[in-house]
Amino acid sequence: MSAVISKPLVAPVESAKEPGNFLTHTSGFLSWALTLDHKRIGLMYLVGVMSSFLLGGVLALVVRAHLFYADGAFLTLKQYNQIFTLHGAVMVFLFIIPSVPAALGNFLLPIMLGAKDVAFPRLNLSSFYLWVGGAIFFLVAMLTTGLDTGWTFYTPYSLETTGPVVLATMGVFILGFSSIFTGLNFIVTINTMRPPGMTWFRMPLLLWAIYSTSIIQVLATPVLGITMLLLMAERFLGIGIFDPKLNGDPVTYQHFFWFYSHPAVYIMILPAMGIISELMSVHSHKGIFGYRMIAYSSVAIALFGFLVWGHHMFTSGMANVTTIVFSALTFTVSIPSAIKVFNWLFTMYKGTVSLTTPMLYALSFMFLFTIGGLTGLPLGALSIDRHFHDTYFVVAHFHYVMMGGTLVAFLGGIFHWWPKMVGKMYNELGGQISAGIVFVGFNLTFLPQFVLGTRGMPRRYATYVPEFEFLHQLSTYGAFLLGIGLFVALGVLINSLFRGKKAPTNPWGGATLEWVCSSPPPHDNFSKPPVVGDPYDFRGLEYDAREGGYVRRK
Amino acid sequence: MSDITIPTSEHADDHSHDHPAWLAHHFDDAEQQFDSGKLGMWLFLVTEVLFFSGMFVAYALFRSLHPEVFVYASQFLNAKLGAINTGVLLFSSLTMAWAVRAAQLSQQKILVSMLAMTLSCAAMFLGVKAVEYTHKWDLGLLPAGMYITQGVAEPNHGNWLQILCIPAAVFAVIFAGWYLFALVGRNRFQLQIAGPLLVASLCFFAGVQLGVFLESGESHGDAHGSGHGATHGDHHEGAGDHAAHAIIVDHMVATSIPGQAFPSEVFVDPKRVGIDEPEINQRGRAGIFFGIYYMMTGIHAVHILGGMGVITWLIVKAARHEFHSKYFGPVDNVGLYWHLVDFIWIFLFPLLYLIR
Ligand code: HEM
Ligand SMILES: [Cu+2]
Repeated sequence: MSAVISKPLVAPVESAKEPGNFLTHTSGFLSWALTLDHKRIGLMYLVGVMSSFLLGGVLALVVRAHLFYADGAFLTLKQYNQIFTLHGAVMVFLFIIPSVPAALGNFLLPIMLGAKDVAFPRLNLSSFYLWVGGAIFFLVAMLTTGLDTGWTFYTPYSLETTGPVVLATMGVFILGFSSIFTGLNFIVTINTMRPPGMTWFRMPLLLWAIYSTSIIQVLATPVLGITMLLLMAERFLGIGIFDPKLNGDPVTYQHFFWFYSHPAVYIMILPAMGIISELMSVHSHKGIFGYRMIAYSSVAIALFGFLVWGHHMFTSGMANVTTIVFSALTFTVSIPSAIKVFNWLFTMYKGTVSLTTPMLYALSFMFLFTIGGLTGLPLGALSIDRHFHDTYFVVAHFHYVMMGGTLVAFLGGIFHWWPKMVGKMYNELGGQISAGIVFVGFNLTFLPQFVLGTRGMPRRYATYVPEFEFLHQLSTYGAFLLGIGLFVALGVLINSLFRGKKAPTNPWGGATLEWVCSSPPPHDNFSKPPVVGDPYDFRGLEYDAREGGYVRRK
Repeated sequence: MSDITIPTSEHADDHSHDHPAWLAHHFDDAEQQFDSGKLGMWLFLVTEVLFFSGMFVAYALFRSLHPEVFVYASQFLNAKLGAINTGVLLFSSLTMAWAVRAAQLSQQKILVSMLAMTLSCAAMFLGVKAVEYTHKWDLGLLPAGMYITQGVAEPNHGNWLQILCIPAAVFAVIFAGWYLFALVGRNRFQLQIAGPLLVASLCFFAGVQLGVFLESGESHGDAHGSGHGATHGDHHEGAGDHAAHAIIVDHMVATSIPGQAFPSEVFVDPKRVGIDEPEINQRGRAGIFFGIYYMMTGIHAVHILGGMGVITWLIVKAARHEFHSKYFGPVDNVGLYWHLVDFIWIFLFPLLYLIR
């Protein structure tokens, strides 16, 4: 379903009167399918990743429903394995990695930079189709025999199972190229396409974040590519690298895999942090606190993130010294993240905080990401991880950072830029309600999982001892509440397409360049090169009731 | 379709300055376009290096874990073939660099011929590689999962070399036909494309010939006992061991396939000096070396094929005179890619063929 390249849900009915916005610039299926416009590609990605999210989310609810009873509600053990595997793989590879960079990033990066497009528009479109191709492989893998290795494809099980490992790893391989090309495109765009006046330190922080993310995408993803290729070769030919039966070493596979996949968690979180920097500042109507620290910390995270992969393997068999080094390095990466959290707090301090929908999501992010980050620290401590590894504590940790962090920031970003993307305002109250339900539902789902983990509930089990039933049931209720919250958010957005007021140029009072373009932006973004100023200078921006948005007074 | 904005001057009126056809609409000037392309290519090369790095790490890891396996198994690689291929690739790097120079100086004829030579070298490389691979497949020198213990079981002979030659032959016939067609029609543009493609597909066969010659020449010498100096010269064992090897080889031939006459060049392979090391000569041991060998050289060969694709694309554009001193970015970037592919081979060759 995610693979269908359909015209995004945008109905350019009323705005059709006005000439020159990118939605109405040309029409027809091919004008979308073959478009080279970064904004349209961004919207197509948005539809794609959201469809994947829907699929992954439904699978998650199936898992949670099954775990309502200690003996399992309705799945066989094999089905359970297949469903949690697909949930994880779809969420990681199809949704969360492309979510912010490919969907929002594509739409926003050239506009925020003041450029006409990304450096390589055709490559950009190919990235999208590679994503579609990878998604198709995954769907085929799902519809055929069902993958049951977990999203990590650990050997030796992935060499023995009858599941469609080759199809799925092929999918990952293709998606990897999509991700590499997007990252490469963004790096080149930021390096060479900045208009006069757009210096590095006048770039909005979202662009710093996307830049750092792109570095990781370019440096880490090729290693995933070769790992997947070696895994396929191991299955087909038996090259003897990973297969213990042929004298290979499964722990080598884990090293290869996490060398990519730990940096990949920063591919997921860094752009989300960029979004939060924008939302915090705009909706507090106050310049960002510590611009340079935030910018540098993004780059620092990107680079340090390459040195800590071993913390996923503390119990897999490594030399003691190695584990100690990895543990120590793991603690150091948390420092730049903490710097950002403090900077966001100080941005709000003495600001004029408007509790709009995007801001509510940003505030949820602050709570949830902080919990997620802080629980990473005990996991990085050797003695504690010995007990927590492969328990629900880890599951809760990474859901707090990935869902509470990235997803919530992504939603905040969508609500923030939605008026710009489609030219319609949504129902503010509806949005606020969705943010509230998501926050409550999320905590209800995952807080109990921390407790379960500390009590020894192992992850990836289809059944459990009856003592855990209460906490599991809380978690299941929470998951469904969370689902409701997400559907409310979706409803609010879709409703806005049909009933929404026309969006003003600058509904929130942002100072970055996308708020200078009309909503939605014209095909070429800027008819004349934009005047570049401080992206966080809010002086002179005043609310104009007639416009329904902010205008700049000199 | 109107938002497809690649080299077209259709949008030129949007701008204060002129956009020549080769300058994409979203770039301000030629320099920005060139810099973007170049940076993009360098980043792509970084990803390529990282892609290969996974295999280099695997090599280093398994070599340090099982050095004896690598010493044993690398004897089966024919350093002569590797050396020839190294020479071919180095030469192709020269012609590629020359092509870049020609593009910068708007020398259209030299550009096409240099690209054609690069393409031909690539094809020749693959021809030699085809001989190397198929010879090993014949002997059962395969990745761990399929490795056939040397000197015990009867290796599985197939017509692999012929099979690999089929696609090249098909290409050669097609290109020859095209060339004749263009010749009759006096289409200079098509001649400029079909010619290089025809030569390149023939060069594949030249590579095959060369490979067969070097491979069989050695076997031949060895089967008659005269090539020992050459093959075993760098072997650490003493002369007494050589005699023992020879006896074992003969013994194996005699016992394992009674009554069957195999062409001696193929079956009594000079490289099978180590068959008396039963510890190493088995799937889970020697096979690991071949797993790594096939992955590294195979993925490298895929990159050569990809390079041949883009060089062909360049030839088409060069025949259309699209490159000149103001616009030569694609030639430059493909050149960079080609040098990287050569560069990787420069590492593969000593690591796999030479280090004992
Ligand atoms: C504050 C910094 C962080 C620290 C110190 C940290 C630490 C850890 C550690 C030690 C583990 C391994 C636990 C185990 O398996 O025993 C882990 C797992 C994980 N973390 Fe983090 N983490 C941090 C931030 C993040 C972020 C930002 C994300 C993603 C957005 C993330 C995603 C994950 C995932 C997906 C796993 C589990 C992977 C799996 O086994 O399937 N972490 N984390
Ligand atoms: Cu990690």
